[in-house]
Amino acid sequence: MKATDIRDPSYFHKVVDCQWACPAHTPVPDYIRLIAEERYTEAYMVNWESNVFPGILGRTCDRPCEPACRRVRTEEKPVAICRLKRVAADHKGDISPYMPALPTRKNGKRIALLGAGPASLAVARDLLPLGYEVDLFDRDPAGGGMMRSQIPAFRLPADVLEEEVDLILNMGVNAHFNYEITSMKDMLDMNYDAYFVGTGAPRGRDLDLPGRQEVDAHISIGIDWLGSVAFGHTHSISGKVIVMGGGNTAMDCCRTSKRLGAESVTVVVRSAFEVMKASDWEKEEALDERIPIVNNRPPKEFVHENGKLKGVVFGCVKPVRDEASGRLRYEPTGEPDVYMECDHILMAIGQENHCPWIERDIGLEFDKWDCPILDETTFQSTHPKVFFGGDSAFGPENIIWASAHAHQAAISIHLFCQGKDLKEDRPPEGLNLISQKMGVHEWSYDAEHDPAQRFIVPHADKSKALGNIKVEVELGFDRALGAREAQRCLNCDVQTVFVEPLCIECDACVDICPMDCITFASNGDEDDLRARLTAPAENAEQDLYVSEELPTGRVMVKDEDVCLHCGLCAERCPTNAWDMQKSAIHIPQLGTYAA
Amino acid sequence: MTFVAKPRVHHPQLPLNDLGLNRRDYEGAVSTLCAGCGHDSVSAAIVQACAELSLPPHRFAKISGIGCSSKTPSYFLNASHGFNAVHGRMPSVATGANLANRELHCIGVSGDGDSASIGIGQFAHIVRRRINMLYIVDNNGTYGLTKGQFSATNDKGSTSKKGVPNLYEPIDLVSMALQIGASFVARSFSGDKQQLVPLLKGALLHRGFAFIDVISPCVAFNNHNGSTKSYDYVRGHGASVVTADFLPKDFIATAAETVVDYAPGTTETVALPDGSRLRLSKLDESYDPHDRAHALAHVLEAQQRGEVVTGLLYVDPDASDCHEILDTVETPLNALGEAELCPGQGALDRINAGLR
Repeated sequence: MKATDIRDPSYFHKVVDCQWACPAHTPVPDYIRLIAEERYTEAYMVNWESNVFPGILGRTCDRPCEPACRRVRTEEKPVAICRLKRVAADHKGDISPYMPALPTRKNGKRIALLGAGPASLAVARDLLPLGYEVDLFDRDPAGGGMMRSQIPAFRLPADVLEEEVDLILNMGVNAHFNYEITSMKDMLDMNYDAYFVGTGAPRGRDLDLPGRQEVDAHISIGIDWLGSVAFGHTHSISGKVIVMGGGNTAMDCCRTSKRLGAESVTVVVRSAFEVMKASDWEKEEALDERIPIVNNRPPKEFVHENGKLKGVVFGCVKPVRDEASGRLRYEPTGEPDVYMECDHILMAIGQENHCPWIERDIGLEFDKWDCPILDETTFQSTHPKVFFGGDSAFGPENIIWASAHAHQAAISIHLFCQGKDLKEDRPPEGLNLISQKMGVHEWSYDAEHDPAQRFIVPHADKSKALGNIKVEVELGFDRALGAREAQRCLNCDVQTVFVEPLCIECDACVDICPMDCITFASNGDEDDLRARLTAPAENAEQDLYVSEELPTGRVMVKDEDVCLHCGLCAERCPTNAWDMQKSAIHIPQLGTYAA
Repeated sequence: MTFVAKPRVHHPQLPLNDLGLNRRDYEGAVSTLCAGCGHDSVSAAIVQACAELSLPPHRFAKISGIGCSSKTPSYFLNASHGFNAVHGRMPSVATGANLANRELHCIGVSGDGDSASIGIGQFAHIVRRRINMLYIVDNNGTYGLTKGQFSATNDKGSTSKKGVPNLYEPIDLVSMALQIGASFVARSFSGDKQQLVPLLKGALLHRGFAFIDVISPCVAFNNHNGSTKSYDYVRGHGASVVTADFLPKDFIATAAETVVDYAPGTTETVALPDGSRLRLSKLDESYDPHDRAHALAHVLEAQQRGEVVTGLLYVDPDASDCHEILDTVETPLNALGEAELCPGQGALDRINAGLR
């Protein structure tokens, strides 16, 4: 193999699994160390800069970082990254000294943001410090978009939401609420310098089965119903409720129903439990609240009598794994259909981005799935002035993706307004490596491995939580628990950096490495090398770090897969050929990086 | 000295041996020797050899004297018996341990100071007595603990770290061991585990006195340009004469291995007491690893040329050990009860009668 080019920012970025997996590339180990030092405000700001909504995400994020966490591979359970983010948000002090300076003189460019959800708010935050005038339009009476309308208060308290939304609105956004956008043409006529569409995926899917029309009064679309609860139009639900669907919206619907007085709530899903779209912890919470989840039951018919819904007929299927594709498909079990009584149905079977208000003759093209055609790097549509982000760009994702899209779209808008090329002039990623060596055996990070198991987060008393929709279920870690959970982080951003000319090939690093990561061997192609290492490197998703040839003709090969970043290789190296260096990955973002 | 504790967590695919233990179960405490010390590699090689042979750690006696080398038994086989003896007196304690319980695996770790200076008399006599043990000398040619004086194995003309030359002839422990009756004699290099681990396995299973002189560089005081015991010098002047491969009991040559075409007369296998074998590959067809005088001559000649001969230099698989020489009972002496040890007046009378 060729020697690894560690100057390529993506090499060490990839070793920081959590940061690599995070769409916004939040420097996770950085803020976890700050939490361990009880520097909550700074920990919060690291998050705020990168993902914009730390308090909200610390409760609601889909957490792509956690399954990626190295701890899953070295032990079992990932570091509770999301809950630590919340620790930073819950315990932070005054953040005003850290806020970006806002220029009193505007730069003369006007930007329209359509929709007041996370994507638009994040774009506003990125643009305002550069002197842009930002106008925000939304049909709802308050900002936050789906964070307000679709996430129930028992998961995300209103004050947490409002604090982070207002933080941005108060940076000088001209907000136009209760503003129903009916025509993109009209918006373009207002002649802004650029437009950002962050209107989300506001249309919930419906199911056209026999009886659907007749029972319309007893069926609600999940996200619309949640929105009406959030804005105080709906206060209760009665009788037997069936929630159809297996995603997070379904979980929110069933748990909300339980709190609003339903006699019984059942979730019915057409697919198997394991492949349900809802996050594992959301499923667990629903089961914990004794809400039954019935799987492998595709609905067939709505049964009604005199215009009143009586129940639903479901077929019975079983999942079968297709040998060839490895995918699950469903075959009828042959059992008779199941009839389930109900008085109300909440339909939570998916949602779509949907822009009926964008005219199709204004130079803004849509593909065959009715999604806008966008450049995946710049988020620019086929109309040069119009940019997209969040769910309205590539379909439903979650908040963290909206933040990630927003940063890129904001860079594009900034380049566009300066007349620069959106790709050629895009700022590159960067990497700084900073040695953590403080003395002969002294490191500036806590290298010791903490074998503790993942700590369990305390919950509100169930009788209290189920009685009031505003009582938050998860209480979050307190400072002490947060500090202990923070110790579980392996500091994957403190990299093992190898300098060939210093190595005397004494094997000290090989002998001490607790995870058998390091091997000195003759070079070969990747498959061959992977099989010949001290411990075979079977996880091909993790790179091998290969050195230049050493005096004995061998190369140093390190399998990054299960490295604990404990620093013992550097500690036992007599010549400092190994050093522990913190990799600071610079992800370009307006305001943090000269664009 | 390392202050970060070695994590207990290990590679998820670390294999288990026949006893259900993994390699990490054979480790000891984290070394307090200098970073890069060759001795730590020797300890790691012992850990690997014992784990791969599935030897039960609690059936070991590890014995050492004084010096950097003699600290190392703390760093391997945590779950075994150990005795840290007086300077140079490891051989007496090892002899006692082996005589008392012949069923224990006995590993003695010593250094060039411990064995070639203060303990040279003890060394000579344990070789003669052929105690059934593995005797390792971590040989770095210097007194590391007292800051780098020449030891008795330091080659004449090699210099100290400050450039002062050594004026005296070296003692070669390999030559001594060959001369006075060791039945397994090898030299190796701490920086070459591919060579060292099979030698350790062969020596651990060999019945009789097995001696391995391991050149183990002292990074703090004797790893410089004027040294003949540095990583660079041994890599540049090391000459392996007989390579040993360890073949376990159930070893079946793979198709690829049977195809390897060894030149005639260059390979042979030596049986070990437990049914496993050592496959010896000779670089020089004329070298005979069963001829003591020949081996001794070869070692001396190479030494004149400034070469470091490594590999399995001599082996006699049929040699007798001390217990056979003394014709002791099969039962370990420490397991004999009062009835066997004091057979009574009748037995004494019979012995006395036999002497009349």
